[in-house]
Amino acid sequence: MRLALHAEWTKLRTQPGTAALLIGAVVLTVGLSTGVAAASSTSSASDPAKLALTGIYLGQIAVASLSVLVMGGEYSTGMIRTTLGAIPRRWTVLAAKATLVAGAAAAAGVVAVLGSLLAGALILPGHGFTVAHGYPPLSPSDGAVLRAAVGSVLYLALIALLSLGVATAVRDSAAAVGVVLALLFLFPIVASVVSDPHWQRHLQQIAPMTAGLAVQATTGLRSLPIGPWAGLGVLAAWAAGWLLTGGLLLRLRDA
Amino acid sequence: MSATITPYRSQVQAQAARAGFPQLLRAEWTKFRTVRGWMVGLVVAALALVGVGVLSALGSHRSCGGPNGSITCPSVPVGPEGGMVTDRFYFVHQSLAGDGSITARITGLSGKEPWSKAGVIVKNGTGQGSAYAAVLATAGHGVRMQYDFTHDTAGLSGAVSAGSPRWLRLTRSGDTVTGYDSSDGSNWTLIGTAHLAGLPSTVQIGMFATSPDAVQTTSSSFGSSSTTGGPTLATATFDQVGLQGGTSGAVWKGDEVGGAQGGPVVGSGGPGAAGSGATGGNGSPTSEGFQQDQATGAFSIRGSGDIAPSVGGPLGDGQAVERSLVGTFAGLVVVIVLGTLFITAEYRRGLIRTTLTASQGRGRVLAAKAVVAAAVSFVTGVVAAAVALPLCMHILKANGNALYPIGLLTEVRLVVGTGALLAVAAVLALAVGTILRRGAGAVTVVIAMIVLPYILATASVLPAGPSEWLLRLTPAAGFAIQQSLKAFSQVAGVYTPTNGFFPLSPWAGFAVMCGWAAVALAVAGYLLRRRDV
Repeated sequence: MRLALHAEWTKLRTQPGTAALLIGAVVLTVGLSTGVAAASSTSSASDPAKLALTGIYLGQIAVASLSVLVMGGEYSTGMIRTTLGAIPRRWTVLAAKATLVAGAAAAAGVVAVLGSLLAGALILPGHGFTVAHGYPPLSPSDGAVLRAAVGSVLYLALIALLSLGVATAVRDSAAAVGVVLALLFLFPIVASVVSDPHWQRHLQQIAPMTAGLAVQATTGLRSLPIGPWAGLGVLAAWAAGWLLTGGLLLRLRDA
Repeated sequence: MSATITPYRSQVQAQAARAGFPQLLRAEWTKFRTVRGWMVGLVVAALALVGVGVLSALGSHRSCGGPNGSITCPSVPVGPEGGMVTDRFYFVHQSLAGDGSITARITGLSGKEPWSKAGVIVKNGTGQGSAYAAVLATAGHGVRMQYDFTHDTAGLSGAVSAGSPRWLRLTRSGDTVTGYDSSDGSNWTLIGTAHLAGLPSTVQIGMFATSPDAVQTTSSSFGSSSTTGGPTLATATFDQVGLQGGTSGAVWKGDEVGGAQGGPVVGSGGPGAAGSGATGGNGSPTSEGFQQDQATGAFSIRGSGDIAPSVGGPLGDGQAVERSLVGTFAGLVVVIVLGTLFITAEYRRGLIRTTLTASQGRGRVLAAKAVVAAAVSFVTGVVAAAVALPLCMHILKANGNALYPIGLLTEVRLVVGTGALLAVAAVLALAVGTILRRGAGAVTVVIAMIVLPYILATASVLPAGPSEWLLRLTPAAGFAIQQSLKAFSQVAGVYTPTNGFFPLSPWAGFAVMCGWAAVALAVAGYLLRRRDV
């Protein structure tokens, strides 16, 4: 396993685009968060922590791309045959890749989340989110804000794992990215069209993005379709399911 | 002569000339159709478009709460022009046989909503949805002349008060009803003329008051902004009411048009009733009704509801038909992947070198690919939408939903527009794929350009202003082509994209998306010519 990790780390490190995508994830996240915070007003939003972390919507796309390329890239170049020739235990290869992409996503996530919260803490008080108006300051010492911050980092790591699982199953980068983004984006769009409140709630409960991002909520937890940690659990289940599917297919199929 | 000098070269040129654009198109089409995964992909795109729509339709039930649990919803009234309407107001009226006119001075209007309104009206009976023409004062938009629900013309501006009253007049002559207003009762200004086709000889003429439901938007958790509204009441005072023509004398009748069925009809009053203001309603100021002051002849009318087209949204009675096409997003993702792979697969396999060697002009290769990608996506989208739209409309209706009726032209635009949306998305994906030469990157970029702005704009994470700009400037503006509802300035509706209203008109929004595709295609063509492969 250590050797597999080392090999995968070398590949990840030297693969063109890794650094760009990780930096991209951070820049996109902080950029969108800052923009949204600058355009915000207390009349349109009530949850400053969630508002300050809006950039995750954009950042997750870069993380998903990176993760898909880690597996899909090997299939497009034929590198996968070398990899599996060197390390025949396929679950080990997948586990090594999973560890690394989750770690990389979490590392980028920590920077992105801290940057977003910092931007939010600097900008939001100027838009009415002050203690005087009943909004506590955005500080990680606040339990709910800490949960939103840690949850967002974990969310990115889980998105990376989900994407890796999809890419392993699909074996084509472009198609895999399509599947991942469809999984993330289609549920909320369909949920917004369904008029039956029960169906809407259920769709929001099983949707990987909607449920997973419930962890960002710090106010109005009662009205959420799913609790913060339970929501992240739903995303974890999606990621585990796809990793398992991908792993089994990797084990059963020829490369 | 030149042919004899360089016979060999001319031969090559003749051959090259034969490999024209049609041959290029045929080559690209052959490449597309012989990859089994791509043809399967087209089928998947069509099935996804239909399937997601059917699923969402199955999950949309309409039920109305009654005193004993949910009941069958009452049918939504339909106006003379075929659209769904709201037609609830308090009507103080009498019959008018043949031509005639009504003049009244309105001295006060208390209603908190900007479109609380009261005035004089000529209407074909007291049934909901019947033809009418009215001159009315509003709480926030001055005097208006409105007829047959959708038409609205502005008259005098400013609010009504005892200090600045408004004189309103309607004259009926055959099918034609003409509206006038005046600030002093002697100098009259023509506001407009309404032709109410098929207006019978005997109509109801009188005064009315009404006030629409309050609209209050609150942002909530991801995905929806809930709107709560409650009924409001407007009270209007009229005096110096004058009738001309074949009316039934001085006996006024009060009716709650569109009122609760089976409920007590709020009383009919008249000048013959004893005392001042003893008739009409139950005396409570919170209910609809009317009173007439015996001494001055002044009327006080309280009404609730609206006389206006019904618009979508949480307060609306119906659903927009384009909800049937929500599967477009699923089809779009598949088509984007296919459009990207159509070029990036050539880079990955090295086929691009053969392709570019075999044909003259790299720009023409790209153009041929764009035509093929657009054509197959268009056909897929049109076929899928032509199935999904009627199928989902059927399911939605079976589930008790009232759908806003659309004309045949709109229906055609929705179906063709869905195909066009997929076609332009495929071309955009092809162009970005040519620029980036990487499948995963291109798919990510294109989906982030088209789908993500729509989600950010509709998920109530952004304030209204930036949300609207996202749907004006990004390729997501193209979804406007699927909108079927019309916004009416005389209704304070919730005109958000979630409810089917886009900041741009259908074709303008689509043009924005086409602009993006054109720019991307131009950049792709430039880079394809400049770069080695």
